[in-house]
Amino acid sequence: MATIAVENVSKHWTTAEGQVRAVDNVSFTLAEGTFNVLLGPSGCGKSTTLRLIAGLEVATSGRITIGDRDVTGLAPAQRNISMVFQSYALFPHLSVRENILFGLRVRRVPPAERDTRLARVADLLGLSALLARKPSQLSGGQQQRVALGRAIIAQAPVCLMDEPLSNLDAQLRAEMRQEIRALQRKLGITMVYVTHDQVEAMSMADRVILMDSGRIAQNGAPTELYESPASTFVARFIGTPPMNLVALVAGPGGAVIRGTQGPAVYPADCAGGSLGVRPEHIALSTERGVPASVESVEYLGGDSLLAMTVGGQRIAVRVAGSVGLRTGDGASVVWAPGAQHFFTADGRRREASAPSVPATLTA
Amino acid sequence: MTRTAHWIHAWLLLLPSLVLLALFTHYPAVATLWQSFFSTAKGSRPSVFVGLDNYEQLVEDPIFWQALSNNFWYAFWTIPISIALAILMAVWVNRKIAGRGFLRLAYFTPTILPMIAVANIWLFFYTPEYGLLAKLLEPFGAGSQNWLGSKATALPAVMVVAIWKEAGFFMIFYLAALQSMSPHLAEAAAIEGASRWYFFRRVTFPLLMPTTLFVLINAVINAFRLVDHIVVMTRGGPDNATSLLLYYVYEIGFRFWDTAYAAALTVVLLVILGVAAIAQFFFLGRKVHYQ
Repeated sequence: MATIAVENVSKHWTTAEGQVRAVDNVSFTLAEGTFNVLLGPSGCGKSTTLRLIAGLEVATSGRITIGDRDVTGLAPAQRNISMVFQSYALFPHLSVRENILFGLRVRRVPPAERDTRLARVADLLGLSALLARKPSQLSGGQQQRVALGRAIIAQAPVCLMDEPLSNLDAQLRAEMRQEIRALQRKLGITMVYVTHDQVEAMSMADRVILMDSGRIAQNGAPTELYESPASTFVARFIGTPPMNLVALVAGPGGAVIRGTQGPAVYPADCAGGSLGVRPEHIALSTERGVPASVESVEYLGGDSLLAMTVGGQRIAVRVAGSVGLRTGDGASVVWAPGAQHFFTADGRRREASAPSVPATLTA
Repeated sequence: MTRTAHWIHAWLLLLPSLVLLALFTHYPAVATLWQSFFSTAKGSRPSVFVGLDNYEQLVEDPIFWQALSNNFWYAFWTIPISIALAILMAVWVNRKIAGRGFLRLAYFTPTILPMIAVANIWLFFYTPEYGLLAKLLEPFGAGSQNWLGSKATALPAVMVVAIWKEAGFFMIFYLAALQSMSPHLAEAAAIEGASRWYFFRRVTFPLLMPTTLFVLINAVINAFRLVDHIVVMTRGGPDNATSLLLYYVYEIGFRFWDTAYAAALTVVLLVILGVAAIAQFFFLGRKVHYQ
């Protein structure tokens, strides 16, 4: 059993400028054998949360349990976890073999078992030929594998990773993403993975916990975060490019996009809030829709990314292939009723109570 | 043409330091070696070539052997103890403790104080009957012990001063090395359950080896060129119990004015230091991990 439960955990620091709430009353439960990502911009408290689970920081208040065992006051070594650091934290004077075996030597695992486990891990990660080398003689990707090896040889049911791929180049990162995910499935580890990269989070996770200023902005499956963002913060964080958000004002016949004369997109009570539509859900039209003008066109091969303005507000539009539009051209934009998201003035999601979408907008 | 100009330019830039080095380092070194093969000019007798006579005199000089042995024991005790203390203090002040900056400064103070002043303060500590040590030991009946005046305790007393001074100096190097170590290494070890001692033995100490090599070479050189606090505290006495090599060279050269013999002693001192430095680089250098 390696369910991780974090209950009302806070971590505060007192600095010269006053109290910093790095983690502010956070609660979540992670199921056994799942891949969980703590996502957020820098300074949101995701790394601190991970370090609290690891026991490298002591919680100011709250309770942390791993597999039904209260570990809140336990030392890192007693928590039955392994960890991969952003810097890899390899011991520079020890060979790859000794780096991987470090923990087993500390725990006095008998030599015979040590060797079998080393052989298996080295084989699994393709490190067999590199065991005698020093970390400085390895490439970044190989060092990353050694750090992974040191974590998985412990056979701990929980593995914590703190931005493990941020020092790798883009191509290697994509490969390692798949590899780490496959490894986690194969070994049945409960993974807690910290990243600021939403692509990593979306592609790897069973569950994403998006954090903002020490609090959880949304906790759910990647599809939930993408399809029904709980706030404008989540809407802006997930997706490349992120969701378009335009302000709504009261207009003739309902709420209209600020700066336009309609058509109304929502009943009048939504005025003051905002409307969100993802760039990939917007289509161009010559007959219907909201008038917009083209600012710039970025051709990416498979699709094109258009920067447009609607009523003076910038939006991004993703369309397949190339378009015959140039800067300054006018075009109308349309979207499906299911693709709209509404947010209140303070940024919270407003569950659409079956709004009547004007036919003029339907894609 | 431009090549020649570059060439002249380079030599001109090197000239100032070259002149100073040649004048005050290289020329005296060569002159010392040269003089060690001549006799000392005395009155009407000019200096003449005597070959290895000075070195023969040296081999038969019991005070030279005494100074050499003193110096060996001095190095043997002060170097390991001051290095061990330096590491201990560095590891301690590297942690997050209140008043850390003050502690670091306190440990470094012996290094920035002039040695002559320091030696005078220690002279007071060691004074029998009313010195600090005497007062502290009075209740135990050891108040009249003359630390610097008896053959058995004079050299150890001088060693204590050296350790007190050197440990703080070496600590600064160890502290710098410790600060450049990633804190994640300690965290990674903590997650594996390594004790503080295990982590020190397997990670910290090996990673400090380049510093230790550097410190060791400096310590050996310092041990063999110590002269200032001997001059103030004991003048080599009693009965040459604290006479170290450089102090003996100084005595022969500038108190008895036997410059030729002093030159021969200097050559021996330089050879010892050179051999020690090469040996350390050679044997320890291989075991050191450089990042």
